[in-house]
Amino acid sequence: MFSYCADPSSLEGLVWLSCYLTSGTHLLFYASFGTVLLLLAITAPIALLFGFGGAMASRSRIAPLRWFGGIYTSMVRGVPDIIFFLFVPIALDQGFEWVRHQILCDSDAPVRQGNDFVVCAAAKLPLNSAAPWVHDVYGIFLAVIAFSVVFGAFAANVLSGAMQAVPRAQLETAEAYGMSRAQVNRRVLIPQMWTYALPGLSNLWMILIKATPLLFLLGVEDIVYWARELGGSKTSAFTYPHPDWRLYYFLGILVFYLGMTWISGRVLDRVTRRLSKGQATMGGEALRKETPA
Amino acid sequence: MKSLTIAAAALMLTAGLAQAQTIRMGTEGAYAPYNFIDDATGQVTGFEIELGNAMCERAGLECTWVRNDWDSIIPNLVSSNYDTIMAGMNINEERQAVIAFTQPYTPATPSAYAALSGDVDVEGGVVAAQTNTIQAGYVAETGATLIEFPNPDQAVAAVRNGEADAILADRDFLAPIVAESGGELVWVDGMDRVALGEGIGMGLRQSDTELLATFDAQITAMKEDGTLNELIVKWFGDDALIFE
Amino acid sequence: MSCVQTIMDYGLRSIGIGERLLPRADYTLCQQATLIGSGLIWNLYFAVLALSFGFVLATALALAKTSPNPWLRKPADAFIFVFRGSPLFIQFFIAYESLVLLPRAGIDILGMTVQTSWLTRAWAGALIVLILNTAAYSAQIFHGALMSVPKGEVEAADAYGLTGWKRFRRVIWPTMLRLAWPSYTNEAIFLFHATTLVYFSGFPAFQQKGDALYYASYFADRTFNPFVAYPIAAAYFIAATLALIWIFGRVNRRLNRHLPDAASRIRYRPQLMR
Repeated sequence: MFSYCADPSSLEGLVWLSCYLTSGTHLLFYASFGTVLLLLAITAPIALLFGFGGAMASRSRIAPLRWFGGIYTSMVRGVPDIIFFLFVPIALDQGFEWVRHQILCDSDAPVRQGNDFVVCAAAKLPLNSAAPWVHDVYGIFLAVIAFSVVFGAFAANVLSGAMQAVPRAQLETAEAYGMSRAQVNRRVLIPQMWTYALPGLSNLWMILIKATPLLFLLGVEDIVYWARELGGSKTSAFTYPHPDWRLYYFLGILVFYLGMTWISGRVLDRVTRRLSKGQATMGGEALRKETPA
Repeated sequence: MKSLTIAAAALMLTAGLAQAQTIRMGTEGAYAPYNFIDDATGQVTGFEIELGNAMCERAGLECTWVRNDWDSIIPNLVSSNYDTIMAGMNINEERQAVIAFTQPYTPATPSAYAALSGDVDVEGGVVAAQTNTIQAGYVAETGATLIEFPNPDQAVAAVRNGEADAILADRDFLAPIVAESGGELVWVDGMDRVALGEGIGMGLRQSDTELLATFDAQITAMKEDGTLNELIVKWFGDDALIFE
Repeated sequence: MSCVQTIMDYGLRSIGIGERLLPRADYTLCQQATLIGSGLIWNLYFAVLALSFGFVLATALALAKTSPNPWLRKPADAFIFVFRGSPLFIQFFIAYESLVLLPRAGIDILGMTVQTSWLTRAWAGALIVLILNTAAYSAQIFHGALMSVPKGEVEAADAYGLTGWKRFRRVIWPTMLRLAWPSYTNEAIFLFHATTLVYFSGFPAFQQKGDALYYASYFADRTFNPFVAYPIAAAYFIAATLALIWIFGRVNRRLNRHLPDAASRIRYRPQLMR
């Protein structure tokens, strides 16, 4: 980073620290915060989509779809999320490659050879020749799916609760105006349910933030991976030898998460106020009294 | 589910079909001096990285390195996320049941016990080792209380802070740590050379016989012309074991 | 080796009874189911003890949070913020890393030497973290419930001449529990599932004694096949979660037995509280 960092072993004190904190591995560590934020930004909407699908499925008039919705939500609820995280990415990866193998390969060699799971070179995902960043992106993609499956189930719980909470009278009024079932859903039910869903969804967002360290279990090089890697004691084989500093790195991560949840809490409070406006709920009533007409 | 299939379909379409054969080499990146991450660049480096690159160059292969946690390093090999493992992995029977190994590229390296004092009882005390290593298996059999850590660094830390009485690991890994501890860590008396395993080899899928033969031939060639011994001396010092 | 023999050998392996060495080759389904089930003992141990101690601590914290005295309220707020605002995963790491820094020989307090080495063991160290964690979450739930105790009930208690501890014990506390119970059931499920983190984070396994997930990953690593061990573990957790929901449902019915619609079943997920 800095020109005076060429020979760190001759440096001391703050100068050494400034070089240490800007070393190549540290830059990767800082970048991994971005990975976490990126994962959050992608996972949240996808999980919401999954949740929406699940909630709609569990309200569906088609019985198998309803059962599927029910089983999906209750199964994720009954199993610790880590088990899903250990299981889903491998299963997905092998599933994708198996499908590609069936389509793209003309060999009839079996995919499972003893312990090995082998697909032909063209079916590899990503291809062996792909740039390293493609592999990283693919890893994150699998992680996003795993997170979305789990949090989608939670979101389905919240959303189906919220759909039930929308006052019956509002829906009946819409029906009285002659709207079809789909129209009622689209014009009344879905816009109205958000205010009821928001407390649950904000909770879910908080849980999602706090679940991101589990990324490290999925083999993504996230902040936990780097904190452990960088904090461990280093011998003189390394450019910056130092004793075991993991505690400091983890305290840093703790501060990061506290900051994240604190900021999120502030933002979500404002959104809640916003959505409560004009609603027939206690929150809405309180707002009405607050602002003189 | 629907968006899942769409995502899958999108991936299938976008992933190109061009394929120059690139060999992906898996390593742990946390086992200096065998393999570790260079502070300055953030890339892996070490004895195995240099050896692997040399072999690829001789064989005319294009190679890239992939870091993977030790825990899942074999499962990811057999599910074809990469093609080889060079991660200080000792050849032993249990692993040979699942993956294939080249001939060893280090002489049968001894393991060693290190502790805070030389007179620790390594058969009755608490001994730290990395999960799923031959050392962990050995400790479980000796009657000592085995305490397992996911990476070797944590195992050393456990001895330093007294959590464990001693650590059993590859001698070459422990040697610089013991030497630089300023007398804090010492070899356990009479236990600084414990013969385990048959040396460190490169792991490949059992079905990948062609690649196995390629790398095996390269190791033989590098043994014969002395370049392998040069590398060993470069990374492990003058008194390291070398091939005859 | 028959399955009965396997169960005899490994059924209590996770607490150190039975065969010392784990199976090394030819893993059977029976071995996997037995060992993973044996590991579940630890999950139950952590969940039951953490919930019991956490419950008491949470009640105290919730009361401190409502207190008008800032010397009580501020620390309670800070405690709840830190434990609710950070991932349990990180809390485990930090707890382990700091507990191992305690002096090995023990600390001298008033001439007595207090041993500290047991604190770094999962059974104690991880339990403490889980207690503090669940206490923070439960305190938040209890605080919410405490705020919604109907004013009329408190006034009625006053009219009967109940004061202080008696008023709390006989009127406020039962109502608070009744209101908080559905959310608290949720918290209990979350905590039970969080016990799987213990051996996956800072705390090392001793003599290969670990929880259900520890053995599941042991087998998944050895057989290189995640499609057997993890589903077994998942099945155990579903069964245990159902049992937990049933127990909490019974308690809920007892808490609501004086109300007209007491028979109504608990909706254990009215809102995702955590």
